Amino acid sequence: MQYVDEFRDPDLITKASNEIRRLADPARHYRIMEVCGGHTHAIYRFGLKDILPSNIELIHGPGCPVCVLPMGRIDDGLSIAQDPNVIFAAFGDMMRVPGAHGSPLEHKARGTDVRIVYSPADALELARKYPKKEVIFFAIGFETTAPSTALTLMAAKAQGIGNFSVFCNHVTIVPAIRAILDSPDMRLDGFIGPGHVSTVIGCRPYEWIARNEGKPVVTSGFEPLDLLQSIVMLLRQLQAGEAKVENQYKRVVPWEGNSAALKAMAEVFELRPYFEWRGLGFISQSALRIHEKYAAWDSERRYVVPETRVTDPKAAQCGEVLKGVLKPAQCKLFGKECTPEHPIGALMVSSEGSCAAYYNYEYRKSMVARVSSVA
Amino acid sequence: MRSILQLRVPQIDGGESQLSGLNVEPSAEGSPVAIRFRDPQIEMAHGAGGKASRRLVEGLFAPLLYPGSQEPLNDAAHLDIGGARIAFTTDSFVVKPLRFPGGSIGELAVNGTMNDLAVSGAQGRAMVVTFVLEEGLAAAVLEAEVRAMSEALKRAGVVMTGGDTKVVERGKADGMYITTAGIGTPLNGVKVDARSVRPGDRILLSGPIGDHGITILLARGELDFEADLSSDTRSVFPLVEALAMECGPGIRWMRDPTRGGVATALNELARDSGLGIELFEEEIPMHDAVRGACELLGLDPLHIANEGQFLAVVSPEYADMAVSALQQTAGGEESRIVGQVCIEPANAVLVTTRYGGSRIVDMLVGDPLPRIC
Repeated sequence: MQYVDEFRDPDLITKASNEIRRLADPARHYRIMEVCGGHTHAIYRFGLKDILPSNIELIHGPGCPVCVLPMGRIDDGLSIAQDPNVIFAAFGDMMRVPGAHGSPLEHKARGTDVRIVYSPADALELARKYPKKEVIFFAIGFETTAPSTALTLMAAKAQGIGNFSVFCNHVTIVPAIRAILDSPDMRLDGFIGPGHVSTVIGCRPYEWIARNEGKPVVTSGFEPLDLLQSIVMLLRQLQAGEAKVENQYKRVVPWEGNSAALKAMAEVFELRPYFEWRGLGFISQSALRIHEKYAAWDSERRYVVPETRVTDPKAAQCGEVLKGVLKPAQCKLFGKECTPEHPIGALMVSSEGSCAAYYNYEYRKSMVARVSSVA
Repeated sequence: MRSILQLRVPQIDGGESQLSGLNVEPSAEGSPVAIRFRDPQIEMAHGAGGKASRRLVEGLFAPLLYPGSQEPLNDAAHLDIGGARIAFTTDSFVVKPLRFPGGSIGELAVNGTMNDLAVSGAQGRAMVVTFVLEEGLAAAVLEAEVRAMSEALKRAGVVMTGGDTKVVERGKADGMYITTAGIGTPLNGVKVDARSVRPGDRILLSGPIGDHGITILLARGELDFEADLSSDTRSVFPLVEALAMECGPGIRWMRDPTRGGVATALNELARDSGLGIELFEEEIPMHDAVRGACELLGLDPLHIANEGQFLAVVSPEYADMAVSALQQTAGGEESRIVGQVCIEPANAVLVTTRYGGSRIVDMLVGDPLPRIC
């Protein structure tokens, strides 16, 4: 497959991994955070840790939108969905995320009309198809998915579709990175920048990280070779004592971002003064809400929302894992009470969550010896 | 698609009161039956063929419906009734949409059940059918499905021997559900049992994976992309027969990786055998359209449902002959050795990537859910 196979070529991957070994100073330990959950998933899926030297430690960052959503927001959305006239539409990722009273799938089994959609436009289509129902799209995601929500709201307004609204949980990546860097227990050498988010916002918004914090950032694609090449680029900067933002994912990411997408977001959204992030607490100006101009399509304005606040179970250490302070397996609940089938924390639900990725791809492997070929 | 795993019933010997062995009785000492199924309600995941399905079957169905059985779950039960050896299975078909590129519910209802018999090492001979029809279903739709069944029966050389029809109110079913039960005769010299699998045995796959699951996903019209793809629904018996003729005693285990995909079927094998499975990622045949759709949606192709493929474990000395027998049989051209059985990691499936990395592949949890980015 074009644009995929080239980035999985075993020869090139071997070359990149040799270059990493050559560049990495054996006397030094490198702590590199991959911000994006998609990177976390890819690192495990392709077994990249097996081909990296042991002194390169990849720390999983906060870039899984499902994982950083506080439980209260799920309960709020589902509380509206209890009305039998409401269709609750959300992405597949959301379906197993537990609220205090169960996940969307559990609510579905109890009779709530819950639908999986692949895009906000599909949710709008449901509203067209069922004009007597109220369709609520439970929107999540960073700048990656926010433009499609914005365009869908613009379409709903332009076409006068009144039985559709969005429960907006869109968050922005830069304040989350700032919160991580402000965390006193965090020592990082550099960042693998979020590729999908950057297709919208470009690379410029990360320049302060290099300038003020002295940490290199390389915006990366999601194939094995993308990630290895990004690590090479980071190591070269570290070895040269530099800190700048570089774009490894040039085939997709324009340095200045996607102006049409940014324009749509500016039209529909405004920054919330503050928003709660699971594990990171309240972060100012870190999330989007729907602008007054689109109030008629804003679920939070149209319905009574209980504004539930649910604290995570005491033993769950999602916050520490999210910040990269703890490895998934170091959480007290990991692999015991909290598994992909019975997730307690959202990090265990989404396939991009570091706990689920670690559990699915590494945990059992770490429990047994390396495969011994008997052939 | 299989809605639940089948229960295997151990052989019943002797010619008298043959069916008494099938009675449901409490355990001999009258001790309480251990029900381990604790889920508060039934969710879609319980029918998805993965972990939740297995929990339901092992935790509730098996202890009550067949107490005391230590047998692994298999695709069909093999019985010895009064000296007559038969294989016996059932399957329900709940498919939306009813017709899709490459097949339809009617054809699936015949082939799916016959395939369960085939991979248990038996040739399907006869079947019965139950239709659950929804009030308002167009007669032309029903006729088309019955015709599809009739053609599939002819191709398989199987006779329909009886059936039943129920109609439910409008809105209570997706047009129609079909349940079939099949009976067959075991193939000579073939004994399929996860407990006979040994380290060093080879894993054989009959062809490309994921075609059926991705075709159904696209046929539902929920995604705005198209792919040149059709379901792999077919009878696998000709391939199983070719394999049995060439290396019958070398076959240790077979399974059709329907719901839950290759990953779930092999995890069951790992668990039932207590051994490990190592898969070679680059050897697993897959069409580009399946790979592309899985990349886009964030799905693991090893979890995607198949219909007309099967996995076999063959002893190493038969491996080359087995591949050659399949590749020379129509429909088996793309068959490959895709892995091997190992001592470790015990009870688990490990995939080796093309460049030396590795990862564990677990059973499917719930239904495969697409990612957002």
